[in-house]
Amino acid sequence: MAEMDTSGGGGHKKGSGVKKAKKLSTRVDLTPMVDLGFLLITFFIFTTTLSQPTGLKLNLPKDVDKPEDQTKSKESGTITFLLGKDNHVFYYEGQLKVDASGNNFKSSSFNGENSVRDLIIKKKKEVIAAHVHDSNCEKIRADYKGPESGRANSCLDRDLVVVIKPNEESTYKNVVDILDEMAINVVSRYALVDITDDENKLIKITEGQPK
Amino acid sequence: MARPKIPRKSTAIDMTAMCDVAFLLLSFFILTAKPKANEAITVTPPSSVASKKAPEKDVVLVSINSDGKVFISMDDKSQMEYIANSLNNTKNLGIDAKKFSQLEFIGVPFSGLARVSLLPKEQQNDKVLTGIPIDTTKGANEMVEWMKIIKEAYNGKKMYLLLKGDNVSKYPSFKGVISAFKKNDFLKFQMVTSPESVPNGTDLWRDNQRGQSASVVKE
Repeated sequence: MAEMDTSGGGGHKKGSGVKKAKKLSTRVDLTPMVDLGFLLITFFIFTTTLSQPTGLKLNLPKDVDKPEDQTKSKESGTITFLLGKDNHVFYYEGQLKVDASGNNFKSSSFNGENSVRDLIIKKKKEVIAAHVHDSNCEKIRADYKGPESGRANSCLDRDLVVVIKPNEESTYKNVVDILDEMAINVVSRYALVDITDDENKLIKITEGQPK
Repeated sequence: MARPKIPRKSTAIDMTAMCDVAFLLLSFFILTAKPKANEAITVTPPSSVASKKAPEKDVVLVSINSDGKVFISMDDKSQMEYIANSLNNTKNLGIDAKKFSQLEFIGVPFSGLARVSLLPKEQQNDKVLTGIPIDTTKGANEMVEWMKIIKEAYNGKKMYLLLKGDNVSKYPSFKGVISAFKKNDFLKFQMVTSPESVPNGTDLWRDNQRGQSASVVKE
């Protein structure tokens, strides 16, 4: 392949007094070149970003002016997550109750004990268990052929509403993480809502910096 | 007994083939490598399980950097020119439309646009660009007006609205951006994230197991 015809000049007869040129091999040792090639390959592999960014879709509801027009959710199926600073997450089920008899404002986390995911899974089970038989819903479920259980079950857990309230100190990452949990747990009804002052105060107190 | 002579073989291997392969791979990687874009403003997006690739064409990208500053970038330069002209008509800003259309990021209050668009490209970084004002406690949310102009410029043409936020940016910037989207009826948008695998045992994971890559996204 990488060789050339090096067999002398041809025409000269042997022993005619002309010294025969020494046969020199033109084979080149390609090992260093291969080394270089692979070195460059590794360089390019490491510098290229193979993972293309993905897009997490978010659909916003249209703002309504009148409070009567707002979507209502059942208290039993509602869970509210509050996001604070330093990845703090708090939650309460139903409506926030803070009085002498105790409150239902508890702390949660992104991973670890009492995580957002566990809470959502638990709540979803409760909602599905509390589902009242509904012929219309059964029909939808029976007709559904697709692979996604989330869509088929969407009328079973239709009372499940997750409300997300980030405060002004929470980071964008936390918000995306919690929206991601919605996708992971196939929650079809969730809302990003402004935090109220009372709730924010509670977060601040729990975080140990009363205002 | 005479042993049969084993001919001595050279241990040198012909490297030509290996060299060919190496350089073939090399050229492949060089050609597929994409130049790193948007260097002026660095944003590290969070990860999500979304599996759909973010669009690359007809994009209006709103970036929020780690300080919570907001920037807009567009890939369609003709729309940028339209926007510059329309800004000149309505606000009388005196922007050089040609220069403006070459901007990589829009990230200053309206009042500073004409000055900043004349700066050379190397100076267009997050030190000069102060971000589009978004905090309603300090003044008007100019993002609302930007989105209005962008809506006019695209006027029904295909356009993907992307939001790329930095991990550590605070929620108020994000809220300011989405309230600007809402006010202009941009109710669908995508958040740029880096991909992440779906945790085992979750509902979504079960859906994916059940066959075909079920879309993560809810319509």
